[in-house]
Amino acid sequence: METLITIKDLNVAYQEKPALWHVNMSIPVNSRTAIVGPNGAGKSTLIKSIMTLIKPISGKIDIDGKDARHALKRIAYVPQKGEVNWDFPATVLDVVLMGRYVHKGWFKRTNRQDADIALSALKTMKMETFRNRQISELSGGQRQRVFLARAIAQDADIYIMDEPLQGIDITTEKLIIDVMKSLQQEGKTFIVVHHQLDTVEEYFDYAVILNKTVIAEGSVEAIWNESNIKQAYYETSGAHE
Amino acid sequence: MMIEVLFVLIVTALAASLLGVFLVLRGMAMVTDAISHTILLGIVIAFFITNDIRSPWLIIGASLVGLATVYIIELVSKTELIRQDAAIGFVFTALFAIAIMLVSKYAGNVHLDMDVVLMGEVIFAPFNRIDILGFSIPNALWQLSIILLINIIFVTLFYKELKVTSFDPKFAYIAGFSVAFIHYALMTLVSVTAVAAFDAVGSILVINFFVAPALTAYLMVKRLGAMIGLTLVFAVLNSVAGYCISFYFDLSVAGTTAFVALITFMIVFLFNSKGFISSRIQKMQQKKAFSRAMILMLMSEQSHQSLTREEIMSHFNLSTRQFNRHIDHLLINEYMEKDEERYMLTRRGEEFTHYTRLKYELPA
Repeated sequence: METLITIKDLNVAYQEKPALWHVNMSIPVNSRTAIVGPNGAGKSTLIKSIMTLIKPISGKIDIDGKDARHALKRIAYVPQKGEVNWDFPATVLDVVLMGRYVHKGWFKRTNRQDADIALSALKTMKMETFRNRQISELSGGQRQRVFLARAIAQDADIYIMDEPLQGIDITTEKLIIDVMKSLQQEGKTFIVVHHQLDTVEEYFDYAVILNKTVIAEGSVEAIWNESNIKQAYYETSGAHE
Repeated sequence: MMIEVLFVLIVTALAASLLGVFLVLRGMAMVTDAISHTILLGIVIAFFITNDIRSPWLIIGASLVGLATVYIIELVSKTELIRQDAAIGFVFTALFAIAIMLVSKYAGNVHLDMDVVLMGEVIFAPFNRIDILGFSIPNALWQLSIILLINIIFVTLFYKELKVTSFDPKFAYIAGFSVAFIHYALMTLVSVTAVAAFDAVGSILVINFFVAPALTAYLMVKRLGAMIGLTLVFAVLNSVAGYCISFYFDLSVAGTTAFVALITFMIVFLFNSKGFISSRIQKMQQKKAFSRAMILMLMSEQSHQSLTREEIMSHFNLSTRQFNRHIDHLLINEYMEKDEERYMLTRRGEEFTHYTRLKYELPA
């Protein structure tokens, strides 16, 4: 498989506690990659490092051979639902339109064509009837759909999602997975922080098992086994040794 | 001449509240309060250097101290040793205290009146005039109009950027917008606006002019554009009402306007369609409807098809008054009927419980 993202010896610490330790890994292009690991394993830290939201102590992150900083616009980020203020005065369509801002740059406003793209993204997420709803009136699953619609409207080729299936209804979960699989057919790559161990095999084709450092990395078939999971969840990681 | 006072007041309110929209959305009301006090230090220092109370350096000095305030607050709260609210309270009083010390020591004999600094006195505005294109207008009106214009241009030009960085800063960063630039540009304008508003409304009340109209509008709207429009409407409304009331009762203009802003806010808070009272009423009605549905649901179960008054009351822990209200309602609307001393469902009641089960996804 061709490599999209390469991470070499990434070290991140908050104060004196290491969050990520000697992380070496790669993410193949056009994969559905799950980042799995126990609480505090550094999953969110890892994706935030890829998006250069966190400054690492050392290490190198390349996207397609270029420094990640120069490839940010290729990334669509689907944050955890709690990360934004849902009482913000905006409608569903307003939020999805923000996905188009990436292509506008400074000063330029969105136009009719952007609105059409945003609407079709809402249709993909089966949210078009909610387009004039204020975002505070949405349920957890609907909020997640809006975020994913914004990512689709952005038309990026790398989707990074932080626990998108956390606290949502089963219909939305199925929809998100279906959309993810069909976008993969169009050549997109997904990097998803995932917390359900029982669905990894069904939803993803590539996995990184993380606990401060990389426990295992590879195609789900190859690495998704009891010994790797046990090592990540029940044994102390290399970070403490 | 008195009408000029009203103009100064309105322009101040418009300039401040326009930025206030974004301060409210970013949760920065208290940071703004801090700025509006610490800029005094910048004014005092610039005044000592230039010895000219009208020097433009006063505004520059004030803005620099305003930005420094924001920066120091962020620096202190980033250490995570103390929380942001504590950082604000401590940083702003410290800088403000230095300014007061300097004023009391060196500026006792010049016109830097602490009362005016703290409270503002908009009715003095017309005495200090400037000639623009042959017209004599109050200096404050001229200054504030320019600042209002700058603020309007800023918000128009950076509308999209202000929106996305306020709603989701991480997304904005990845999308290629400089979150820090927007942040500090906004804070610079807040400082400049606060300096200009100093004379008119004073450093204590200026926070009210920044945030009160925006907070009121925030309760009523679902889109940012509407929030900005409504904020400006409230800014003008509060100013006009405050001006009229203060003249009628001979009160401080700025104080009265700030008080009117509180009244407007309370009215909207209590009576607006999503407001406190209507949501309370709605909750009460929902609770009542739910209790009635629960009574009907109980009676639709095999073993409870006919119930006595005592059985219903004890099962739901109802008082006699509550029982009578619920049962009267259910009898009048023919959800249940009374036979001798026992209550049972009508056909309508049965249908209702059927649909309620579907609605709440309960097993039949």
